[in-house]
Amino acid sequence: MSVLVYTESENGKLKKLSLEVASYGNALADQLGTSVTAISVNADNAADLGKYGVEKVLNVSSEELSKFHAEAYTQVIVNAAKEVGAKAVILSQSANAKYLAPLVAVELNAAYASNVVELPDTSSSFVVKRTAFTNKAFNETELSTEVKVIGVSNNSFGLHENETQANVEAFSPSFSLGNGVEVTSVDKNTNKVSIADAEIVVSGGRGLKGPENWHLIEDLAETLNAATACSKPVSDMGWRPHGEHVGQTGKPVASNLYIAIGVSGAIQHLAGINASKVKVVINNDPEAPFFKAADYGIVGDAFEVVPKLTEKLKTFKANNA
Amino acid sequence: MKILVCISHVPDTTSKINFTDGDTKFDTNGVQFIINPNDEFGLTRAMWFKEKQGATVDVVIVGEKDVEPTIRKTLAIGADTAFRVDVAPVDGFQVAQELANVAKQGNYDLIIAGRESIDYNGGMVPGMLAKLLGANFINTCVGLEIDGDTATAVREIDGGKETLTAKLPLVVGGQKGLVEESDLKIPNMRGIMMARKKPLNVVEAVASEKYSEAKKFSKPAPKGEVKLVDADNIDELIDLLHNEAKAI
Ligand SMILES: Cc1cc2nc3c(=O)[nH]c(=O)nc-3n(C[C@H](O)[C@H](O)[C@H](O)COP(=O)(O)OP(=O)(O)OC[C@H]3O[C@@H](n4cnc5c(N)ncnc54)[C@H](O)[C@@H]3O)c2cc1C
Ligand SMILES: Nc1ncnc2c1ncn2[C@@H]1O[C@H](COP(=O)(O)O)[C@@H](O)[C@H]1O
Repeated sequence: MSVLVYTESENGKLKKLSLEVASYGNALADQLGTSVTAISVNADNAADLGKYGVEKVLNVSSEELSKFHAEAYTQVIVNAAKEVGAKAVILSQSANAKYLAPLVAVELNAAYASNVVELPDTSSSFVVKRTAFTNKAFNETELSTEVKVIGVSNNSFGLHENETQANVEAFSPSFSLGNGVEVTSVDKNTNKVSIADAEIVVSGGRGLKGPENWHLIEDLAETLNAATACSKPVSDMGWRPHGEHVGQTGKPVASNLYIAIGVSGAIQHLAGINASKVKVVINNDPEAPFFKAADYGIVGDAFEVVPKLTEKLKTFKANNA
Repeated sequence: MKILVCISHVPDTTSKINFTDGDTKFDTNGVQFIINPNDEFGLTRAMWFKEKQGATVDVVIVGEKDVEPTIRKTLAIGADTAFRVDVAPVDGFQVAQELANVAKQGNYDLIIAGRESIDYNGGMVPGMLAKLLGANFINTCVGLEIDGDTATAVREIDGGKETLTAKLPLVVGGQKGLVEESDLKIPNMRGIMMARKKPLNVVEAVASEKYSEAKKFSKPAPKGEVKLVDADNIDELIDLLHNEAKAI
């Protein structure tokens, strides 16, 4: 029996989300009186997982898997789960992990719970707490299969160090690429932080008046090493790409800090970003609903406040580097 | 080309979320139900395939009688035949098994579901359905073209997009981008009249196993008051974010 964590990497480097699932997996293994094993694909620094309590890493080195391939990755995870007799398989909620988890669950005949925010209650059965109704509520879900697949909500558990020695073993499971799905091109802005990976997200709404004013958002985001996001009408009008639309029908945001500028705070917007820890609003209307959801706010004109904020943050960063 | 669109019936996005029966059930009192927004994009894309490529479009919903207005609406929008699997959905695995049963009988080339339902936010059903059918699967799909037995799809990934090709039969988890918001189809009078004559078949449930079940609900703790900072005192905001919130 074991707990298996799927630790994603990019360009050979483990993603931060992987350290969070490792932390979660380690805590769960402690709770269940077992140990945690990680499965990674082409990770050069897999041994770093030891810092988060991972004792064993099955690392797959494969040129064929250098491009993401859902079916092949599924087989890798399933094989690893069988190899270590995993009772629980833990994944993040990255786009790729969300793609894989239901496939893995069917293969393992396991229940799957997504958006899990805490360790399970295993006192009498196996009950996880997860978000539902797009962050408007939580539910406690009982998983009744022998093997469980758990998607840990990004940034909900955090990183917990637990220094141990990770044994990295080469793992060569069988998999096939032959199911007819093939990635033909990837269009990814590698100079920019993605919304899913970002600690800080700077978001602009219709209050910015037009795409020509987006340098305000971008300058602030760059200063904070943040991702940029927008409200739905902003992407519907084509001011910004669809990939930046956040909210109930867009991307979910669970960052440490979310700064909303010229966003009114409609219920559908708030639902998607509420999992963020600290929320700041800048809006010239003191009645804007966002002020009810935010931790900090400035009532003021974005065109005056934001450039000043960016300048002052640059100074702050320079002094605190 | 035969297309099946999976429709989930969810509370309107503006609904207040409350629970009853000792917080074990969602309180439907005063709640308007709608087609899950992600499914609406998929349905409109399916109608496009019907108009441009002569596809037939069936729709399926797993739910008891109360979901019928939602599935009728999809017939009014232009779907040809509807199926309702007569059972209350309890978990994603169960729903996927019911959908797989309907899908197998119809021999569909393309099955469009949504990336997630906005109520349970499972993000489970489309992938599970694909696996159960042994079909290909593409999630977070924001663009889809079909040519013969091959699909070209665009998928949203963290920080960008990816273009893929896949052989049919294919299941997609769709979302906004499959069509533009402004192209979403809404029922007109003629559609509503025609929908009355279209078949709505009630199918018996087949899944027996239950993998998971939501036992209890709760709401997040109420938030404290916002701290307002004067627009002329931005240093204070930076100080609060640094020292109090530890966010920068
Ligand atoms: C089914 C459905 C799903 C939806 N899903 C989403 C979703 O996922 N995400 C989403 O964002 N929306 C969603 N919406 C839309 C949502 O209801 C709102 O319409 C939208 O969020 C409003 O966007 P906004 O705040 O940018 O614009 P507005 O509501 O127009 O607000 C603009 C704000 O900017 C402020 N402002 C104006 N000028 C200035 C200035 N100079 N300086 C500072 N502030 C200024 C105004 O006071 C106002 O508060 C959905 C709607 C529906 C019906
Ligand atoms: N009860 C249901 N009936 C039909 N389709 C469903 C049902 N529940 C979920 N789906 C489909 O699966 C998608 C994802 O749902 P979920 O896995 O519940 O987040 C939805 O967008 C629908 O397309």
